[in-house]
Amino acid sequence: MSWPVLYAQLVGANRHSTSLGKVWLSVLFIFRVMVLVVAAESVWGDEQSDFTCNTLQPGCENVCYDQFFPVSHIRLWCLQLVFVSTPTLLVAMYVSYRNHSDKKRLLQSSGRAGLLSNKGQEEDLETLKKRRLPVAGALWWTYACSLVFRLLFEGGFMYALYVVYDGFQMPRLVQCDQWPCPNLVDCFISRPTEKTIFTVFMATASSICMVLNMAELSYLVAKAVTR
Amino acid sequence: MPLTPPAEPDPEPKMNWASFYAVISGVNRHSTGIGRIWLSVLFIFRILVLVVAAESVWGDEKSGFICNTQQPGCNSVCYDHFFPISHIRLWALQLILVSTPALLVAMHVAHRRHVDKRLYKLSGRTNPKDLEQIKTQKMKITGALWWTYVISLLFRIVFEVTFMYLFYMIYPGYKMIRLVKCDSYPCPNTVDCFVSRPTEKTVFTVFMLAVSGVCILLNIAEVFFLVGKACGKHLHTAGDSTMGVWIQQKLCSY
Repeated sequence: MSWPVLYAQLVGANRHSTSLGKVWLSVLFIFRVMVLVVAAESVWGDEQSDFTCNTLQPGCENVCYDQFFPVSHIRLWCLQLVFVSTPTLLVAMYVSYRNHSDKKRLLQSSGRAGLLSNKGQEEDLETLKKRRLPVAGALWWTYACSLVFRLLFEGGFMYALYVVYDGFQMPRLVQCDQWPCPNLVDCFISRPTEKTIFTVFMATASSICMVLNMAELSYLVAKAVTR
Repeated sequence: MPLTPPAEPDPEPKMNWASFYAVISGVNRHSTGIGRIWLSVLFIFRILVLVVAAESVWGDEKSGFICNTQQPGCNSVCYDHFFPISHIRLWALQLILVSTPALLVAMHVAHRRHVDKRLYKLSGRTNPKDLEQIKTQKMKITGALWWTYVISLLFRIVFEVTFMYLFYMIYPGYKMIRLVKCDSYPCPNTVDCFVSRPTEKTVFTVFMLAVSGVCILLNIAEVFFLVGKACGKHLHTAGDSTMGVWIQQKLCSY
């Protein structure tokens, strides 16, 4: 179970998205997942091993690292990407439910008529599977709900990151006085500038995704109102 | 990134450059000849070299960065001062940003295909063979697609040049120095810090820079080629402007 599996699931659900939804999916996978896996993970790779405190006291580094980094950025971003991608699966579930009930209706009606040839029935079932449902009615509501959930998750995780790390900047030096550290010790974080750059990059990509989601929601609402 | 499948089966597919290649190379069908050369240069001389060679050169950049002091924290602080962002990450970002304008073209082609399909359906041609033909036919780079393509090329050039400039600003002269002198807190006074593998890093930096330059030249050549082709076509059709030709032009150049 990994990113490509998630990608395959989302691309399947993508058929019923608007164009903005398709752009959102590309931005998500290229500028967020790809950058996370290819670049960010190697920047945070040595975050604990290179977290150095100015003391020889055993246990002090562990305790201070745990105090200042309750959850690593990488894990927060992974969770954010997973949560933000899952509302699309709501839409996929609804579409498959619709297809299933339409298929049932088709089989029942052809059974009653008894005149449809096997080939005709197969063709109908194939078109049922391949058709693209218009975004109207219950599908519209499901889609709009999934967009609202996406926005909530994005905003929630960005806020959580901001609160846990007091902003998007990574300091070079933190001062720690947890037991067993003797008095106040200086602890140095590895690669703080590179981490700040990537945090800002991921925050920007997240904001772009939020803007795309809001634009998509407004488009859907406008489309429904004009109809 | 191996171009042939690995020896032992990979139990878990990874989201990496190989899958990125699969996404980007789909655009290849709608590129000009120069565009295809550019894509090959990008994947073979930049992404492949990055993954196969450069990443192992920079692999120990932090652990091999040693300062002449036992003061804890001095290594980290000096490393951070002299290397705000590693070459490898800058190249990875550059490659991702430079490849994505090609997706603009892919999106435009998909949109055009969708419109063509609709037109076919409206005109009554619902033969599945015709609809299949729309999917497989190669789009001519005319009209709005020409503009999208040229804009994507310009974006590519801008991104490439911006990154080359960033590199120059962060690492003046593109050279990796052997020794840096650092006096940030908590280092006592001024300490000497030694960079790991400076010559090898300089060699790879210059190599990637040269290939980046080649890619810029290819993009500029492609822009000139497209502009020249469009001018040539315009001059050719300026002469005869019968109704039939005009209608054909309008239909083809959506």
